[in-house]
Amino acid sequence: MFDLTIENSRLTCRPGETVLDALLRENINIPYGCKAGVCQSCVVQSLDIKPPEKAQGDLKDTLKSSGHFLACQCHPEQPMTLKLPNQAVRFSDGIVVVSEPLNRNTHLLIIQINDADRYKAGQFVNLQRSDGLTRSYSIANIPHASGTLEFHIRRLQEGRFSAWVHDELKVGHSIPVSEPQGKCFYLPDRREQGILLIGTGTGLAPLAGILADALSHGHSGPIRLFHGSRDHDDLYRINEMRELAEQHPNFSYTPCVSSGDAPKGFIQGRANEAALSAHTDLTSWRVFLCGHPDMVRTTQKQAYLKGAKLADIYCDAFVVSADPTPQS
Amino acid sequence: MSNSLYERIGGEAAVNAAVDLFYRKVLNDHRINRFFDSTDMDAQIAKQKAFFTYAFGGPNNYTGKDMRGAHAHLVEMGLDGSHFDAVMEHLGATLHELSVPEDLIAEAAAIALGARSDVLGL
Repeated sequence: MFDLTIENSRLTCRPGETVLDALLRENINIPYGCKAGVCQSCVVQSLDIKPPEKAQGDLKDTLKSSGHFLACQCHPEQPMTLKLPNQAVRFSDGIVVVSEPLNRNTHLLIIQINDADRYKAGQFVNLQRSDGLTRSYSIANIPHASGTLEFHIRRLQEGRFSAWVHDELKVGHSIPVSEPQGKCFYLPDRREQGILLIGTGTGLAPLAGILADALSHGHSGPIRLFHGSRDHDDLYRINEMRELAEQHPNFSYTPCVSSGDAPKGFIQGRANEAALSAHTDLTSWRVFLCGHPDMVRTTQKQAYLKGAKLADIYCDAFVVSADPTPQS
Repeated sequence: MSNSLYERIGGEAAVNAAVDLFYRKVLNDHRINRFFDSTDMDAQIAKQKAFFTYAFGGPNNYTGKDMRGAHAHLVEMGLDGSHFDAVMEHLGATLHELSVPEDLIAEAAAIALGARSDVLGL
């Protein structure tokens, strides 16, 4: 018999019961399906102890590392504090320390936070305006190194949140930041493995974070970054990436421009197409895909068909919020 | 026999290894890839895992009725016996590639074949 703590309430997992059994018995409803560890519908997160190995089944390695497990496969071996999928994300206040343009439509925002150790480069958080308007952005730096979170925020047409960040959010302002979410980040194992990073637009943000993280862990395998945009003026951090490539012989950077003629030093075409035509065999590669949802989905399948294992493909599709601008 | 086919074949680890090979074969097969070509790859993978768990006689809660319901939209798309046979072909080839013993492959194939009429809505 072990206690399960969920926010301020506590229930007991009886002998022989799985975590899912105990939740359902107490009428705490979470999504579930096969009850056999196959469908992965009943993923929950342990906030304190490492879940039993069997309960983590074959979840993505990044999810395992953040304490996620299958409720239907978990017979607790000690008391656990749980976070359920339908539980609200928690926010804590951060302070804006940098707010400046990266290019004509992308803004650099750096926020100082208290518990940076919890966050990983490449994960995402929700940022919130005082009226409750909330958007997700990916972390572009190594949070624990500086106690800050870095974001790249592109101004969207009629984007209420991005316009507010670009025009009104200033250094010194306080802003609520959620706990970290997402499974697209670097784990420091298999350091000799090749890493292919493909991103469009501000998909560079999580990729730059993952890149910095991999380099800081002394990743020794080749790391190849393809960053694409329609126009040259929408790319950013070009010189910084080129300098990194000079400092690290195992890292290469290929900026791509899909519309019109590409300047010298740039590839003409889409980043995902350039990356895939440069790599005929992705067997044993680790692949990170961030940016436009169509690009992410297409490239995910192509990378897999070129030999990458499904477990080695990490995706972060940027879905633009669909809620309409309120009529005035 | 004390151990189930699912256990003898290697359980969940075998399912994962099989799905990785099998789905690659299926997506490369022009006879049938349109039935598997959903935009949500993760959801597709979950379905393939369920398929292999079923074929290995592993833990599942599927009934014939579920099988019919789950494949009805594919039958509407034109799913027929030739497509089912192509999937059986890839199932066999995948298990061969994983060096699963012949008798176990035959057992798995028999289980999958048992779902034929439900899958095809016959």
